Amino acid sequence: MTLARIGVFVCHCGENISATVDCAKVAAEAAKLPGVAHSVDYKYMCSDPGQQLIQSAIREKGLTGVVVAACSPRMHEPTFRRACAEAGLNPFLCEMANIREHCSWVHEKGEATTAKALDIVRTLVAKVKKGKPLQPIQVPVTKTALVLGGGIAGIQASLDIANAGHRVILVEKEPSIGGHMAQLSETFPTLDCSQCILTPRMVEVAQHPNITLYSYSELEGLEGFIGNFKARIRRKARGLDETLCTGCGLCTQKCPTRRIPSEFDAGLGLRPAIYVPFPQAVPNKPVIDRDHCTYFLKGKCRLCEKVCPTQAIRFDQEDEIVEAEVGAVVLATGFDIKHGDFFPEYGYGRFQDVIDGLQFERLASASGPTLGEIRRPSDGKVPETVVFVACAGSRDPAKGIEYCSKICCMYTAKHAMLYKHKVHQGKPFVFYMDIRAGGKMYEEFVRRAMEEDGVQYVRGRVSRIYERGGKLVVKGADTLLGARPLEIEADLVVLATAAVANAGAEDLAQKLHVSYDAHAFFAEAHPKLRPVETNTAGIFLAGACQAPKDIPDSVSQASGAAAKVAALFSRSELVREPLVAVVDRQAPPVYSSCVGCFLCQGACPYQAIEKEEIRNRDGGLIKTVAKVNPGLCQGCGTCVALCRTKSIDIQGYSHEQVYAEVLALLNRGEGDA
Amino acid sequence: MRTGFYPGCSMKGSAREYNESLMAVAAALGRDLPEVPDWNCCGATAAHNLDRDLSLALPARILAAAEKEGMNEVLVPCAACYSRLKTTRHELNEDEALRRRIAGLVEAPYEGSAEVVNIIEWLGRIPDLEGRVKKPFARKVACYYGCLLVRPAGVVRFDRPEEPQSMDRLMKKLGADPIDWAFKTECCGAGFSVSRTDLVAKLSGLILEDAVSRGAEAVIVACPMCHLNLDMRRPNIEKRAGKKYRIPVMYITQALGLALGLAPRKLGLQRHKVSPSALIVPASAQSAAGSQFASGDSPASAPSSGSSAGSPAATAKKVD
Repeated sequence: MTLARIGVFVCHCGENISATVDCAKVAAEAAKLPGVAHSVDYKYMCSDPGQQLIQSAIREKGLTGVVVAACSPRMHEPTFRRACAEAGLNPFLCEMANIREHCSWVHEKGEATTAKALDIVRTLVAKVKKGKPLQPIQVPVTKTALVLGGGIAGIQASLDIANAGHRVILVEKEPSIGGHMAQLSETFPTLDCSQCILTPRMVEVAQHPNITLYSYSELEGLEGFIGNFKARIRRKARGLDETLCTGCGLCTQKCPTRRIPSEFDAGLGLRPAIYVPFPQAVPNKPVIDRDHCTYFLKGKCRLCEKVCPTQAIRFDQEDEIVEAEVGAVVLATGFDIKHGDFFPEYGYGRFQDVIDGLQFERLASASGPTLGEIRRPSDGKVPETVVFVACAGSRDPAKGIEYCSKICCMYTAKHAMLYKHKVHQGKPFVFYMDIRAGGKMYEEFVRRAMEEDGVQYVRGRVSRIYERGGKLVVKGADTLLGARPLEIEADLVVLATAAVANAGAEDLAQKLHVSYDAHAFFAEAHPKLRPVETNTAGIFLAGACQAPKDIPDSVSQASGAAAKVAALFSRSELVREPLVAVVDRQAPPVYSSCVGCFLCQGACPYQAIEKEEIRNRDGGLIKTVAKVNPGLCQGCGTCVALCRTKSIDIQGYSHEQVYAEVLALLNRGEGDA
Repeated sequence: MRTGFYPGCSMKGSAREYNESLMAVAAALGRDLPEVPDWNCCGATAAHNLDRDLSLALPARILAAAEKEGMNEVLVPCAACYSRLKTTRHELNEDEALRRRIAGLVEAPYEGSAEVVNIIEWLGRIPDLEGRVKKPFARKVACYYGCLLVRPAGVVRFDRPEEPQSMDRLMKKLGADPIDWAFKTECCGAGFSVSRTDLVAKLSGLILEDAVSRGAEAVIVACPMCHLNLDMRRPNIEKRAGKKYRIPVMYITQALGLALGLAPRKLGLQRHKVSPSALIVPASAQSAAGSQFASGDSPASAPSSGSSAGSPAATAKKVD
């Protein structure tokens, strides 16, 4: 202790601190503390001259520790530690005394405030005196990215990372990649065909030498930390040997069970029990739907097996677990739209001709069940009047969804336009709350729907839809015409149902330790400045799994996430702060105070505690003790609290340091403890 | 659980048959329904348009009286009264300062301990109602909820406000076949019954038209105001529509009473303007139809309406 030479540097932070704290007095009083060799105050300690003040004091006075009494360590600790390191002091012997957020900002000017600032300084002086020089931890980076979700966001992120020269594992839970974008007919605001722009990208993914595609697969578990994750991927049994299958399609043509609602066609078309979701699927290999396959239900049939020219069918195939080491994860699991018994007042799910936006996409799509003709599901009639309802569920606290689904204004305008282009005499109506067409060429697009294509926009909400004499009666109000009640007899109603998180989003977030919001959309690390990162280092976000997004936004975010991954992979090693737990080790004959109870092992949330055998020179076992893997440890301290023999310490927050801080507070004004 | 009963003015006046049928049903089910002692007007329609304190104080006084009597819930069959009592309880529970002030106004220690339940909730809780049914009410019925039973959703927290199902479930237990229709919660004209009868004729007419066009044989209600507009204002409705509607309007308690095998007279069924007698003629006594009631026109002699669903000929056959 007698050797301690601590420097205290009190910052005014302009007037942020000095307006309520007497900084000169704090510096003068701190100078009297035992072990303090140097104490000054300055207007802006973080400025260049301020940092030089610290550096020259370290060099000239031979300081063994530094306390900067200024803002929160979250703000400037890295700044001052770097400055100390440049002057030759171990950066972990520099501590921040937070007299701004914890003192000057929250108290009135007065003596008590100054006294509290001094208390905080005294506490940190006591801590730094017990501090030890620490070295940063170097961890290697596995330069392979795991991309979850093969929609447009996942495809874009995979291609960008792969083109940067890194390996990518793309996991898609459906039999084909493509996501919702593959289901769309045309895209706003250019009306170019969705599949025409998407399928070349899908093929590129399949053929890229750096990309391994696991379709019909799901993430089983993820362990580890940034740069060093271990992923377990479940490859669901397709029921065929993919290496033998040529994708000829004979099995799907011959399958006798043919009346299963097609997921890809949003339930409007039918598919067989062995199927490829759509003709352009990647990979173009079928899947046996075991819930509908006659063989799996009744033990008979096996027709597909008989017709397969390459004998690729495998009824006994089982799920396979693949393990992979990856350095980063990109979440691109996408979204869903609200289905089911959500709009009883609109008869959605009860009336065949009340459909959702995705179903309309399939009706309008050239590859859809009607080959692109707009025909209503109930009787195949071309509808003469179509009502589009925007904000069906979105922006509606009564339905529990307060947010705007963002894409509906645009796709509703597109739907109405497409309908008008295909059915010239048709009468499209759009009920809306507001038109939110922020985006390049978006407002112009909506205007075009209104002015050139004669889509009738009605500002008001629909209260009820019911069937009467083969028509759907849509009751609403026109709020621009004095809330006049309106009744439209429609042949088809399209609801722009709210965009919601995928059903499995919450489970996945918990599996990955990623935070999510009240609607199960994954949370970004900062809403403005870190929009593609999660709070878990090494896990990034792309697309609508974060919030409802259109294609341009999803692609932008995917490229952003890919850039983050590429930056991470640009180094072969990562540097981590050494604020991790360590188990006591000492000279023989004790070796370690750890008694090997391993209570800590069960408590560790990161599986960072291992068993270490201490052996003598002959190889004989002396004792088994705990050992912390510094790469896995996150420094949470749970093991420290649990250890019965106080054998575990957190570096930088040791027992000794924390006790010293507490005693410094308790023995206020009575010198060093 | 001690359940009190708040009748309000309707049950004692214009909706006597609702009260009579409730009492008959409660007795048959072995349920005791003591009235809240010294109850007062709930303030419906008038009070909350004039004075907020008054609109809360009137129901608070009723609930305070129930609490004092040791009742942990109050059954409020009238939908308007239910709305006022439920709203008051909600608002006073949400705002402690308001609760204390209103308790001071009514000079009673209102705590908010007594829950407010409507007739559907109360009947829905009775175990094994199906098992007690003696004469299944095997009819196509239109369950009409009106506005106040399910709204405002955040206050009453009862069923889905847009497409409620609870009354439909209850009627199914009685053997009925509830139709899927669009006017379950549409406005009947409510309090305009007196001042704007023309509006009531229009709105209630739309409700009847939809129910009849979907083959309903009876409209089932749980609100005296709905009943008034759909039953008593029938001549106005028919005049405006230019056609006759024979479909009777019954309280849920009356339908339940019939299913339990109670005598129609005990259920006040003779008091309706549109006689429901066609629905209650026993198969064996078709010829006696219409003669059971002192009042009420004989449906047997009434001309068949455009929609035959409500006509006696059609319904009598279905009794078999």
